[in-house]
Amino acid sequence: MVKLKSILKWAFICLILAFIYFPIIFLTINSFKASDYIQDPWTGFDLAHYEYFFNWENEPLQVVAQTLGLALIVATLSTILGTVGSIGIFYSKKRTNGLLSAVNRIPVINADVVTAISFALLISFLGIDKSTYLPLIFGQMLLCTPFVVLSVIPKLKQMDNHLYEAALDLGATPTKALFTVIIPQILPGILAGFLLSITLSLDDYVIAAYTKPDSFATISTHIYGLDKNNILGAKIKAAYWAFTAIIFFIIVLIVIISNVIAYKKAGKKR
Amino acid sequence: MTTAKLKPHFSRKLLAIPYALFLAIFVVVPLFIVLYYAFTDDNNVFTWDYLILFFTDGGSLAQFFSSPIFQTISLSLFISLMSTIVCLLIAYPVAYIIANCKLKNKSTLLLMFIVPMWVNFVLRINALKEFFVWIGTYNKSDAWNIINTIIGMVYDFLPFMILPIYTTIIKIDKSYLEAAKDLGATAPKAFLKVTLPLSKSGIISGISMVFLPSMTNYVVSNYLTYRNVKIFGKLIDDYFSGDLWHDGSFVALVLLLFMFLVTWLTGGFEADEQSETRGTSLW
Repeated sequence: MVKLKSILKWAFICLILAFIYFPIIFLTINSFKASDYIQDPWTGFDLAHYEYFFNWENEPLQVVAQTLGLALIVATLSTILGTVGSIGIFYSKKRTNGLLSAVNRIPVINADVVTAISFALLISFLGIDKSTYLPLIFGQMLLCTPFVVLSVIPKLKQMDNHLYEAALDLGATPTKALFTVIIPQILPGILAGFLLSITLSLDDYVIAAYTKPDSFATISTHIYGLDKNNILGAKIKAAYWAFTAIIFFIIVLIVIISNVIAYKKAGKKR
Repeated sequence: MTTAKLKPHFSRKLLAIPYALFLAIFVVVPLFIVLYYAFTDDNNVFTWDYLILFFTDGGSLAQFFSSPIFQTISLSLFISLMSTIVCLLIAYPVAYIIANCKLKNKSTLLLMFIVPMWVNFVLRINALKEFFVWIGTYNKSDAWNIINTIIGMVYDFLPFMILPIYTTIIKIDKSYLEAAKDLGATAPKAFLKVTLPLSKSGIISGISMVFLPSMTNYVVSNYLTYRNVKIFGKLIDDYFSGDLWHDGSFVALVLLLFMFLVTWLTGGFEADEQSETRGTSLW
């Protein structure tokens, strides 16, 4: 009886994992076939989609590069703004603290589409040109910074506050104390906020769609806007199968490495 | 403390100013602009027109229930509700099994459910679409379109349901369960009386992280149904793509109020867990 229950349990887990991974694995397999269309039968192993993807002349690689670049810029700016803001919020009076934390929560709760259109209305109200990239960068910062604040504030709460006072008493300037005492203690939160910002920026479709310059595309807007009925569209779409497969391989690698590290750590403890 | 106060040094509070300005300009002001557009016409004159149009569809109040807006909202609510239920039915057992398994590397197993999120979500939805094309259910009928949308939402949001539930279950003190058993409770009864109530906060934050996004993430519904299923988020997008800013702002306002209501009901304004599960605990 116990054994049956255990088998059922793991069968369930495997079933759900299959559901989660099957579409990606399915696409990975198809990325190695010659045709650009999913319905076409397998005619043998082919790297054509990979060749197309890795050719700098073609759109997909350019789009991937500029999406990554945008994510890095947005994440860096969000992390700086969010970290400085968190320290400020943490040391302000209770009322200011409560008010800012509440407003910080609005973009987190709000639907992306409402955030995007309200921001787009502001942009048109102020008359800022989208081709300056400022709307896109500020728009995505709006998406990311609240999460940076949410990952830094808990670390500030855990921090030992006496160390900062001690540093001041020992003659450190407040700026020096900030960088040598506070920042190192909240660094894990800052890093988490930075990484989260990168994933949020990479994943964003709606904000980018409403704020990007017409000539610019991110991975999300590019795939979404592809015209699959024309030959070039189908080719680009198939190149993204290759890209999906590459990311999938990287992820599998990360899981394996993290597993090995965890296993080694456990071994050392014994 | 007193010595520090005596020293003249810059106040750390001041560091909040740049972010406070950022929030004021990019969060608070835009919401007021939405409010402004919802209640003014093209000549900047105050009007109830868009409210009346929303609820009457140009006729009487009774027509609301046959209007396209009502159909979109009810379909969207149905999809959202089904996605949330399916997510919960999958996520709870998964979180429970992982939290209670005897494996040493529980976090690796959990990681396997989370990592697909690192693939860009349009790429992931594209993979699902190609799969639907292959098995032949893509855009086959209205019913299939709705089913495919629900599958897409579950596929996209499942990790957001698993994580908060897992975090609450793993925190439950095992001695409660032992006590329940010592007092004669059967295993199912101990689960119903101890584990389930103690994981309530995780379930609620999971629900709020799936329910609201599945009403608004129109990329999923558009992409998986050849734009044949229209959800609440798409309604707003359509108005703005069609330059109907006033109509769009009013609908956005309705959605905004609905979201505040749901968040208030689920206690999302107080709990930090909701956002923490999306963020920090992943890393």
